[in-house]
Amino acid sequence: MDFLRPAGWAEALAAKAEHPAAVPIAGGTDLMVEINFDHRRPEYLLDLNRVAELQEWGTDGGSVRLGASVPYARIVAELRGALPGLARAAHTVASPQIRNRGGVGGNLGTASPAGDAHPALLAAGAEVEVESVRGSRRIPIDEFFTGVKRNALAPDELIKWVHVKKATGPQEFSKVGTRNAMVIAVCAFGIALHPDTRTVRTGIGSAAPTPVRAAAAEEFLTAALAEGNFWDSGRTLPPALAAQFAELAAGACNPIDDVRGSARYRRHAVGVMARRTLGWTWESYRRGTAGPTRGEGAA
Amino acid sequence: MRVTFTVNGREQQADDVWEGESLLYVLRERMGLPGSKNACEQGECGSCTVRLDGVPVCACLVAAGQAEGRDVVTVEGLAGDGLSAVQQAFVDAGAVQCGFCTPGLLVAADDLLEQNPSPSDADIREGLSGNLCRCTGYEKILDAVRLAAARRGEGA
Repeated sequence: MDFLRPAGWAEALAAKAEHPAAVPIAGGTDLMVEINFDHRRPEYLLDLNRVAELQEWGTDGGSVRLGASVPYARIVAELRGALPGLARAAHTVASPQIRNRGGVGGNLGTASPAGDAHPALLAAGAEVEVESVRGSRRIPIDEFFTGVKRNALAPDELIKWVHVKKATGPQEFSKVGTRNAMVIAVCAFGIALHPDTRTVRTGIGSAAPTPVRAAAAEEFLTAALAEGNFWDSGRTLPPALAAQFAELAAGACNPIDDVRGSARYRRHAVGVMARRTLGWTWESYRRGTAGPTRGEGAA
Repeated sequence: MRVTFTVNGREQQADDVWEGESLLYVLRERMGLPGSKNACEQGECGSCTVRLDGVPVCACLVAAGQAEGRDVVTVEGLAGDGLSAVQQAFVDAGAVQCGFCTPGLLVAADDLLEQNPSPSDADIREGLSGNLCRCTGYEKILDAVRLAAARRGEGA
């Protein structure tokens, strides 16, 4: 094994071009487990901890440009206002120690269907900026996940930034697990209301081979909100509407039975989370507040 | 490969480090610092918690090469001439049973009180949520952190 330690981004891209099989390591919270347990022996480890731009975030007009290695702890502390759905999801990641190391770039690189950031990124409509010595490109999050633990990266590409539109309305993230810390999601649901475009987007985690959107549920709700003039009136949503949204969200799942839960349970729980998170975000919208809709601590 | 970094204020060096080796292994097996415990090796239990550039992390999930040139504080670095406030509080509150989780809890609790000198019970639970203990049921550990916080408050 070789340990490559680029001092900056250009060096990192050059190293990845020269050794496409090199495995990037940033927080190490996934990769080191595989190495410790002898499940993986990469020929090259490509340490990204010295690449300063990956540790930073900034704003581009209406978007946040989030460095791939910005740890979850900083997302929770610094981006709760601009990216409330992602901040909420980040807060449910593992433990303080893990949140101090892990970041969204690693979550995307691993591309597990259970990655906590994914439902929030899907709901927000993020774009992943990847780069190689050949140039850079922005991959819409809807096209990023290509299979179980597979993503759209070419072998010579590295994830640099994730571009996420600043919230224009309430966003939520909900996750089912056996306790509040240190759990892989049994299933998870993210929702973002976008009053600027009068649309709603969603993301489902751990209930299909990849993170997915509940497209039919989104279309139904977006149309129903328009038809009923709900965005302008700010009326309470009829229970039947929320129930239909929940049913369509459950229908978007394609889960499996495994040690964490059965397929049937996952479908049911996604429906329940869809209904609840819609309720929380809509109530928040009606009250005229953007951002997280509940107090901290309840994930 | 050779790895050099600062541990508890002193520069240390290790040679013939395997590239896939963890910081935890280097600390325990190459630098003679067995305080950080090796239990789960997957970031679940927190018994290997150390500070890396001041930030609590699981040493089992940091590649040794990533620590190059950086500053590490282990549980061995908490005590000065006597026990640190958190260590004394763990002793006084009876928060130690088998002791295996204790080093990680001490580092995590020390950081918690530095960030938040008067934490609520919910803050303590969240601050220590990455550290597993299979003996105490956590009650005495919570008592110890409350005691350390109260003593800090009196001393201030």
